[in-house]
Amino acid sequence: MNADRFVLLGNTGALDNIIPRGGCEELENKSFEAAEEAAESWGKITWRRFCQNKVALGSLLLFLGILLIAVLAPIIAPFNPNTTVGAFDAAPSATHLLGTDDVGRDVLSRLIYGSRVSLIVGVGSVLIYAVIGITLGLMSGYLGGAVDGVIMRITEVFMAYPHFMIIMVIVSLIGPNMMTVMLVMGIMGWPPICRLVRGEVLKVKSMDYIASAIVTGYSPCTIVAKHILPNVLSPILVNATFGIASAILMEASLSFLGMGVQPPTASWGNMLTSAQSLTILSDEPWKWIPPGLAVLTAVLAVNFLGDGLNDAVGGRSK
Amino acid sequence: MCSYVLKRLVVSLPVLFLISVGAFVLVHLTPGDPADMYISPDMTLAQIELTRSALGLDKPWLIQYFEWIKNFISGNFGFSFSSRQPVAEIIAQRLSPTLLLMSVSLLVAYLSAIPLGIVSALNKNSWIDRSIIGWTFFNVSFPPFFLGLALIYLLGIQLAIFPTGGMTVLGQEDDLLGRLMHLVLPVVVMASQFSANMIRYVRASVLDVLDQNYIRTAVSKGLSEPYILGSHIFRNSLIPMVTVIVTDLPKIIGGAVITEQIFQWPGIGSLTVAAINSRDYPILMAIVILSAVAVLLANLLVDVLYAVIDPRIRYGK
Repeated sequence: MNADRFVLLGNTGALDNIIPRGGCEELENKSFEAAEEAAESWGKITWRRFCQNKVALGSLLLFLGILLIAVLAPIIAPFNPNTTVGAFDAAPSATHLLGTDDVGRDVLSRLIYGSRVSLIVGVGSVLIYAVIGITLGLMSGYLGGAVDGVIMRITEVFMAYPHFMIIMVIVSLIGPNMMTVMLVMGIMGWPPICRLVRGEVLKVKSMDYIASAIVTGYSPCTIVAKHILPNVLSPILVNATFGIASAILMEASLSFLGMGVQPPTASWGNMLTSAQSLTILSDEPWKWIPPGLAVLTAVLAVNFLGDGLNDAVGGRSK
Repeated sequence: MCSYVLKRLVVSLPVLFLISVGAFVLVHLTPGDPADMYISPDMTLAQIELTRSALGLDKPWLIQYFEWIKNFISGNFGFSFSSRQPVAEIIAQRLSPTLLLMSVSLLVAYLSAIPLGIVSALNKNSWIDRSIIGWTFFNVSFPPFFLGLALIYLLGIQLAIFPTGGMTVLGQEDDLLGRLMHLVLPVVVMASQFSANMIRYVRASVLDVLDQNYIRTAVSKGLSEPYILGSHIFRNSLIPMVTVIVTDLPKIIGGAVITEQIFQWPGIGSLTVAAINSRDYPILMAIVILSAVAVLLANLLVDVLYAVIDPRIRYGK
């Protein structure tokens, strides 16, 4: 009876908890893993952690997919996006999968080309403001004193203007097109990242390895570029990723209002402009639902990407 | 306390000055002469010069700036190019619809976001938490113009429950129910944006508080859960919430350009779009500066509120 029960327990694996079978190996594996992690580069660790997050990985693939569509637009798009290729206001059909717009342009082709505008403006403007913001933030944080004071006052002035409104006003005053939208968003967007970098620099600055770098006789430029910047890179990367999402959203919003990318150039935002008329809104949904979903998908993908990145670099402890 | 407020006020004065310079330069750097708006093709050269000097455009920039700022401070914002009405009057007219829309939106957003954020934090990593977080991502990523159009399409046209735009039905301005129905859709669009942000902040700050020793003490003392929630957790997670609220407040003035445009809401946002389209610089300058001043005042309010809520900040520095 007893023996039977013992076997039963053994079979169900209940005893595994009492006798740690192979427990030592597991422990060894763990410490080995830890050592491996320490030896791995920052990029590799982040990438491995990122890959464990299914949602983030899916978003990355989605984003790469959109990127691929943008790059291959001339090959994939069935028609020229800027010329009349069919009947006006035609509903979706076999030749025009998403129908045509009010001057007979193929909606699907415009949608495909629109991804270029979104990605160029989204990534481009963030690159511009990241460069400005990181440079000024490093200077402000590392140099301190009067430089810090002046830069911080300037960020206050920039941040006091209502962001969307001021960009809209400037872009429309200097002439709205893809380049001006990107430039103005880039030039107006740097203060938050500048403050973020400054804060991170202040945290790192007091550490021992910086003191020893100073003692060793490295120039301030080398210290900032080689010792400080790599250590404040994680929050910058996360911030920039979220920044791309809001930049895509902002470009689409500006173009929607007619104050961004101008027709005939197709942008997801300006494809929705015509839907402000109730007849188009109710009778011709193929004109406005696809570009709307495209913006939603792209922004959602980038936001989840940023969230996954945030987890992977250990930005969020919770 | 008083000297603290005063000190903060003095620090923001140079910022205010730079903001006004920025707005002035911005408008005066733009191509085209503001006087063009007043000039008709059949005017003689002398008449054009007369118009320019009447508008003060023949004076040097510096003088123009100081005259403009002097008038601005005394409440004279100039005249609209397109309607020739005083700018102050136009803005005053447009302010109350925007204030109504935004205050209701913020109220709805916070009343839904604070409980959701707390529930999310208390059920950390459960399916409840995950779906609330997922919901906030969805809200943040939904383009407001697409959400607005989709709501008009579904609830305004297909199901015809809500009106598709405007504030009232013409001739039925006193109909309270009608006014409420007009508010619903724009409020949903605005509130979804504000609440998503708030939920994340509330969640993070409640999680921070839950880690504190005094919560463990309260639990081991045997205090009831609602009591701990109300007087330990909620009060201590207030600071980040106040930050979000006060940074949201200045957006009340700027309004929601897109939402107002889509729902034809007669507020500051749609006024801005109209002013841009007609190059109405006096209106644009007034809106930009007023919203910037609102932001500065809100920042001041944050600092004061911090000091009120958390005495440690007041005595610390």
